[in-house]
Amino acid sequence: MMNILPEPLARHLPSLSEAPVPLLPLQPLLYRIVRRVAREHPELFERLGKHQRTDFVIDLTDMPFALHLRPYPPSLILRAVRRDRLPRHKASIAGDFATLLGLLDAEVDGDAIFFSRDLVIGGDTEAVVTLRNALDDVEGSIADTVASMFGPAGRLALNKLAARSRTSPTEDAFE
Amino acid sequence: MQPRLTLGPIQYFWNADAKQDFYARIADEAPVDTVYLGEVICSKRQPFFDDRIAEMAERLTRAGKRVVHSGLAEVMLKRERKASRDMAMQDELEFEVNNAAGLFHLAEGQPHRVGPYMNVYNEETLAWMVTKGATHVTVPPELPGSSVAVMAEAATRLGVGLEVQVFGRACLATSARCYHARAYGRTKDNCQFVCEEHPDGMELNTRQGEAFLRVNGIQTLSHSYVNLVAEIPAMAAMGVTDLRLMPQSVDMVAVARIFDDLRAGRVGAEEASAALDAMDLAAPFSNGFWHGEAGHRRIAVKAAALV
Amino acid sequence: MTTGELVCPAGTPAALRTAVDAGADSIYCGFQNATNARNFPGLNFTPKELGEAVQYAHARSAKVLLALNSYPPAGKVALWREAADLGAALDVDAYIVADMGVARYIAETQPDRRLHLSVQAAAASPDAICYYVREFGVKRVVLPRILTIPEIREIKAEIPCEIETFIFGNHGLMVEGRCSLTNYATGLSTNMDGVCSPAHLVEYAKDDAGNLSTRLGPFTIDRFGPQESAGYPTICKGRYCNAAQPKGYYAFEEPISLNLSKLLPDLMDAGVTAFKIEGRQRSRAYVKKVVAAFREAVDDIRAGRAPKLADLAALTEGQKQTEGAFKTKKWR
Repeated sequence: MMNILPEPLARHLPSLSEAPVPLLPLQPLLYRIVRRVAREHPELFERLGKHQRTDFVIDLTDMPFALHLRPYPPSLILRAVRRDRLPRHKASIAGDFATLLGLLDAEVDGDAIFFSRDLVIGGDTEAVVTLRNALDDVEGSIADTVASMFGPAGRLALNKLAARSRTSPTEDAFE
Repeated sequence: MQPRLTLGPIQYFWNADAKQDFYARIADEAPVDTVYLGEVICSKRQPFFDDRIAEMAERLTRAGKRVVHSGLAEVMLKRERKASRDMAMQDELEFEVNNAAGLFHLAEGQPHRVGPYMNVYNEETLAWMVTKGATHVTVPPELPGSSVAVMAEAATRLGVGLEVQVFGRACLATSARCYHARAYGRTKDNCQFVCEEHPDGMELNTRQGEAFLRVNGIQTLSHSYVNLVAEIPAMAAMGVTDLRLMPQSVDMVAVARIFDDLRAGRVGAEEASAALDAMDLAAPFSNGFWHGEAGHRRIAVKAAALV
Repeated sequence: MTTGELVCPAGTPAALRTAVDAGADSIYCGFQNATNARNFPGLNFTPKELGEAVQYAHARSAKVLLALNSYPPAGKVALWREAADLGAALDVDAYIVADMGVARYIAETQPDRRLHLSVQAAAASPDAICYYVREFGVKRVVLPRILTIPEIREIKAEIPCEIETFIFGNHGLMVEGRCSLTNYATGLSTNMDGVCSPAHLVEYAKDDAGNLSTRLGPFTIDRFGPQESAGYPTICKGRYCNAAQPKGYYAFEEPISLNLSKLLPDLMDAGVTAFKIEGRQRSRAYVKKVVAAFREAVDDIRAGRAPKLADLAALTEGQKQTEGAFKTKKWR
């Protein structure tokens, strides 16, 4: 669920399309992100309970890849995966980047997003609900935490990404 | 001790003559010990049969049945409040309270029964009710056998009756709104008693055509009939004193005879179970609640013996 | 006694702090187990979190109400007793209870702490309410969402305790505390497990035509066309078929959310002490918006100003809203 893209990816943004992008350079960055979040928000992971060991696929429908998350602190996984080669997973969440960003930072109501069908969840619904509820207990912005890891460039990338989804209800989330 | 058989109140809106014929046959032919009379679901239906309750009670008593007057599950309007108060004030019939409004009007220690709508889920609440004069409690249909066992032990210790529904549709919900009227585009105040058209409840099927629930006015019931015939030996061993059969539009005398044969030891649980299956009723049987499983399920008899 | 106390939901410690900061007078919440009626995954408080939450609230003159409003099944009563004992140790301001055994235990062991009668007890008449006041010393009743304002006024005249009513959120239809629909489909009970439509048994399936089916256990409780927004995945919000409605219909209620913002002055005038906002399972974002808007409205009414109703109407986020039974008996 830590779907914030760091600065190096932001450089690719103008050319993002259905064409495959090289995912390898992303992996160490994503891993740094999830470790950082785990360090700063241990309570988030406690709240996940048994779903720490659940494999989630987060499908960013307006990005050329999906994310694989396993929020198990002793061996955290957050990596980019190709949509046509998804790993084995128990739960999936699909939505555009801005919607998922809003969910991540509890700036919009998860119930409201789902019932408007901006978000499609599959597999173990309980795992997704647990993740949503756990994220909701994190005060402050996870997105900001992550963006700040990458300094001013990171913030810029974040704002750019948020702005990409024009029609999103969360577009003013960072004002 | 051999448990008693009871016939619960008629939940559906049967017309007064149909009810009278039904109870006449029960009086003459059904091997039940106790009969609960009275409207539980909808106070609008009460005037149609209330004036015959005394006569029916007399008829059933003459046939050797114990008669209990059941009170309304939902009390909100003036006429409903009055009905609850009147029931507590009379001393002609033993009665069963189904709403806390009825408890309010009891004199200190006044004997009464507590019905399945009162939500007695545990031994503490049971003990509390007994201190206030309760002589007999019927548990909610969803209470699992493991909890009934604890309740039965407490009831035995306290010297009161404990009753479990063993046959008929399970009440799953009640509402202030009438869903029968709603299906026909009417409101509760203008229902024109459309519920009378469905003496065994109005079906609610899923959008895939699967039978799921039944509507009876403000009440929502299971489509399946609860059938705990295979569990009765376990109940008797626990100390459950009374087994409740809920009236459905089926041959209730035949149903009562099967349960009677079982409790009297004339047939075994498997044989009784087969006899009920052979009646080939319109709805499937379920016993999931008793086993702590989804209520709609029917758990195999062999598993039942493990409880 | 001042009226217009805002009673707000909190599913997490962060939501509780959000509610307090947004102007809640009281916050209701529960432990992470079956002792409360919103026992949902990832929600609710550990004892340590609740203790901290109580301190946070008390430091800002807000109260914490502990929901112990499910029904302990025989053999498991100890869990509810422990929760009540913990509540005392953590200094909660009141308990919200439904089961008589639980009410009696608290009344006997903590006679000085307030008891509120949960909507799960379904006390809808002065007689029922007076029973709980007489036997357990209940100080406040949370009324079911089925009464009109004149009916609430009549009840108030006959009862010796405060009234709390729901003013916003999910619109409950079944008599609370008397619903086994979830248990029938899933084996988990709303009354005994604090669960309604447990997420792990809710399944969404999309077919090739883009229709979305919602299943609870083995039962399809609704199906939505490609352009339709999905409904709340509970049995009472689903669509079914029968001879009267062969094409499928909302047998119990349309998808709709309760919003009594326009009736706030009338409710206060009828003698309602406290206004309850539903939604312990909703997000911090929801809590913040809704609490702040109602805070302003209640303050406006108290100061004799007209509340800004448009802001409150916008809170349902495009969903249809209703005043339900509060406005007219025709709802029934």
